[in-house]
Amino acid sequence: MSLSPSSASNATITEQLMLRLKVPTKLRNLEATLIVFAMIVTTAALALVDIGVTGVVNPSIIGLSVGLGAIVLAMHVAQRFVARDADPLILPIVTLLNGLGIAMIHRLDLSAGLTGWEANATRQMVWTAIATVVAIGVIVTVRNHRVLQRYRYVWMLVGVVLLMLPLVPFIGVTINGARLWVDLGFVSFQPGEIGKIALALFFAGYLVTARDSLSVVGKRLFGVTWPRIKDLGPIVVVWAVAMLVLIFQRDLGTSLLYFGLFLVLMYVATGRAIWFVVGGGLFGTGALIASQFLTYVQGRFDAWLDSFNQANYEAVGGSYQLVQGLFGFASGGIIGTGLGAGYPGIVPLAESDYIVASLGEELGLVGVFAILALYLLFVARGIRIGVNGSDDFGRLLAVGLTFVIALQVFIVVGGVTRVIPVTGLTTPFLAAGGSSLVANWIIVALLLRLSDTVRHQREAVPGA
Amino acid sequence: MIKELRRVSIGIGVLFGALFVSTTVIQVFQVDNLRVDPRNVRTLYDSYATERGSILVGSTLIAESVPVDDVYRYQRTYHGGGLYAPVTGYFTVNQGVNGIEFAMNDKLSGQSNSQFFDQIIALVSGTDPRGASVKLTINAAVQQAARDALGELTGAAIAIEPSTGRILAFVSTPTFDPNDLASHDSDVVRSNYDALLNSTARPLINRAIGGDLYHPGSVFKLVVAAAAIDSGMMSAQSTVPNPSKLDLPLSNSTIYNASDTSCGPGRSVTIATALRLSCNIPFAQIGVQLGEARLRDYAEAFGFGATVEVPMKTTPSIFPAGMDDAQLMLSSFGQFDVRVTPLQIAMVSSAIANGGLLMAPTVVDSVLARDLSPLSPFTPVEYGDPISADTARILRDMMVDGVADGVANGAQIPGIAVAGKTGTAENGVDQPYTLWFTGFAPAENPRVAVVVVVENSGGKGTPGTGNSVAAPIARKIMEAVLAQ
Repeated sequence: MSLSPSSASNATITEQLMLRLKVPTKLRNLEATLIVFAMIVTTAALALVDIGVTGVVNPSIIGLSVGLGAIVLAMHVAQRFVARDADPLILPIVTLLNGLGIAMIHRLDLSAGLTGWEANATRQMVWTAIATVVAIGVIVTVRNHRVLQRYRYVWMLVGVVLLMLPLVPFIGVTINGARLWVDLGFVSFQPGEIGKIALALFFAGYLVTARDSLSVVGKRLFGVTWPRIKDLGPIVVVWAVAMLVLIFQRDLGTSLLYFGLFLVLMYVATGRAIWFVVGGGLFGTGALIASQFLTYVQGRFDAWLDSFNQANYEAVGGSYQLVQGLFGFASGGIIGTGLGAGYPGIVPLAESDYIVASLGEELGLVGVFAILALYLLFVARGIRIGVNGSDDFGRLLAVGLTFVIALQVFIVVGGVTRVIPVTGLTTPFLAAGGSSLVANWIIVALLLRLSDTVRHQREAVPGA
Repeated sequence: MIKELRRVSIGIGVLFGALFVSTTVIQVFQVDNLRVDPRNVRTLYDSYATERGSILVGSTLIAESVPVDDVYRYQRTYHGGGLYAPVTGYFTVNQGVNGIEFAMNDKLSGQSNSQFFDQIIALVSGTDPRGASVKLTINAAVQQAARDALGELTGAAIAIEPSTGRILAFVSTPTFDPNDLASHDSDVVRSNYDALLNSTARPLINRAIGGDLYHPGSVFKLVVAAAAIDSGMMSAQSTVPNPSKLDLPLSNSTIYNASDTSCGPGRSVTIATALRLSCNIPFAQIGVQLGEARLRDYAEAFGFGATVEVPMKTTPSIFPAGMDDAQLMLSSFGQFDVRVTPLQIAMVSSAIANGGLLMAPTVVDSVLARDLSPLSPFTPVEYGDPISADTARILRDMMVDGVADGVANGAQIPGIAVAGKTGTAENGVDQPYTLWFTGFAPAENPRVAVVVVVENSGGKGTPGTGNSVAAPIARKIMEAVLAQ
């Protein structure tokens, strides 16, 4: 193409064209560069793990490293076609977290002597591939996020069904005292992880339409305008169902996660902080009652408040795992033992629930801060997408999805570091677990889609 | 809605702030508490994972860490069987650590501050961290001679170089093989440990510096004589009455000299003669004249009441408080509740041998880096200055007389002036005696101060005395030093 710089009108069109072509390319090029950086860090971590544990670099890590790089690049290429304006930081951050997770899981495989398909790292790799393919599917299929709002009641149904699934006889499985798994014979997964996305979609979709009636219409009582039952109804029903199911499934972490999501979206949609007071009070009361009457909740509280008590330490479901995790953190200190040089395998579930303790032991406080900073950066990008959003549904969805990730990190890391009782959730992107990976990669795809819309519209409507 | 979003992001910031704080608290401020928790097996694994430094006698390794293929990565191995066990101690997975393995653990494990730069270098270069080695002052030939001389007897022997405090021999019998406790199989360790612990011979007791302590008997007369002369209250030729028996005041008990007669001819006896012949009655009278407070001052100046670290911690030797005259009389010849470690008596002899200056006894010569270059070379440390050079010389002469022409003649070495003092301590009615010898040689220029203690009168049914059993053992130890 030959453009004449002498023509003023031509120049404007050229500038417009250049702007459209160049800016997104810049974003995608930045993303590609950062992904390469994330892959270098991941590969180095895998190599250090091998050297630390066995003394030599095993060629099998090339499979893990190249595999992760290839599928993330596939996602990147897909964005070049269908989401050119998407946020350039989200994918590299998630790649790095996912890669560090695989490196630590590989490290734990080595000390446990697991190889081939027995190895958790191999399975995590396959799940990452599946999750990325699903994410690519989402970003290719969902070209306009507003479509999702139309199906809000479908999401409600999907969310409730997914939550109920583990209670169905024959396919529901109880693992570690919590009935939140579904085993279909060829594959087992935690439907609750996917459920959180369905509920976020429903809450966001419903609140957008109901927010005015929720905040304006209603009776005034105690100086507060209370919404009509009619407007609140569907949300309360969904929330109550979620709570009941979760109590029966004995999954405190997911329960807390949904509750937090619900409160935050109510607050953002209506702009009334009273929801935090009411909701927090409800949850606090519920937790207090549960801690008095449900022995497993009581045990969790004892293990949290008096972890080093020998009786709690030895109790079934007591503080043994928590205390061993703390020993791991302490053993790492500020700079860590170095990858492959600690004993993270001592802690039960070191590759899933306690992967942060494993990373804290070998990478030290420095490593933990770096990982938390990555999450914080991810959350900052997500909130930014919400703030810049062109429509309220997009804003609510962006903040809902972002908050789910942030709160899940807080619940897990807060649990293993004794800020709150241990509840048993997986650390997003890091921990071994297929359902969690698929769910969180779908969140990534949705956030990328939302961010693409934000920028795309800004380009399309100059001055907006 | 923008306002709410900002507030939500502040809320998320608070949540993450809590995580930054909680991880910092755990990984920085609670680290020391968490690391020492007995349930934290990482600390145990770590002490194995670093290649623990060796322990050397001369240039010979007597304890080293050998690489093995298990979770502990290194197997602690001891050479010489039980010969060095009283010094090295043991290093177990579940029954603790003692001896030099414990006292020098921070150096051996590479955790001491002086090895900080080594740790950094190991971290940067990627080499395995490795502890420093510890070279002992023990002399292999003297140690072997002492061990052989004690043979099957139960007791202890220590040889010290008086001018430096270097311990040349450090023996406690019966002994044990620390390899039995070094297994990585915790059940094996536990059963071996229990067997040693429950053995009637009590091999795990380090009799040289710990255990139940011994009555010193007549070797304590050195402390009393030192107090009498150094305080200026008496001289070597000062006399006390010389009866053949003495009724203890306010008591029905009567005390006798070992000979059951008076202390040599004459109605009075000098301190010099009383020490040479080791008579109880004269020393009982001297002790009362000096008084409890003055005796204690001198005893403590020699080390009584203190936990001496060699660097293994010793049990403090006891000089009782608040005694009446009868008790003070008994204490003045090392009976009643006077209790000592053999090391304490060796320190008394060492001070006399070194002109009154007591050097701090130690078994550690130097700490060696990875290439066996010394990190900290040996420097003699003064423990104290319990008596003057004049007093030391007077005591030395009396002790030389004791060996040449007294009740310590079992320690005579032809052609060498040996200074010595025996003891035959009673442990109660019909109980076997504790037999002692302490001394040094050559008297003019001492190269070695020794102590030997033998329990149970020297064995079944033998009417042993310090002179007949302990003195010949001490002579062999001194000869081993003088032969070098």
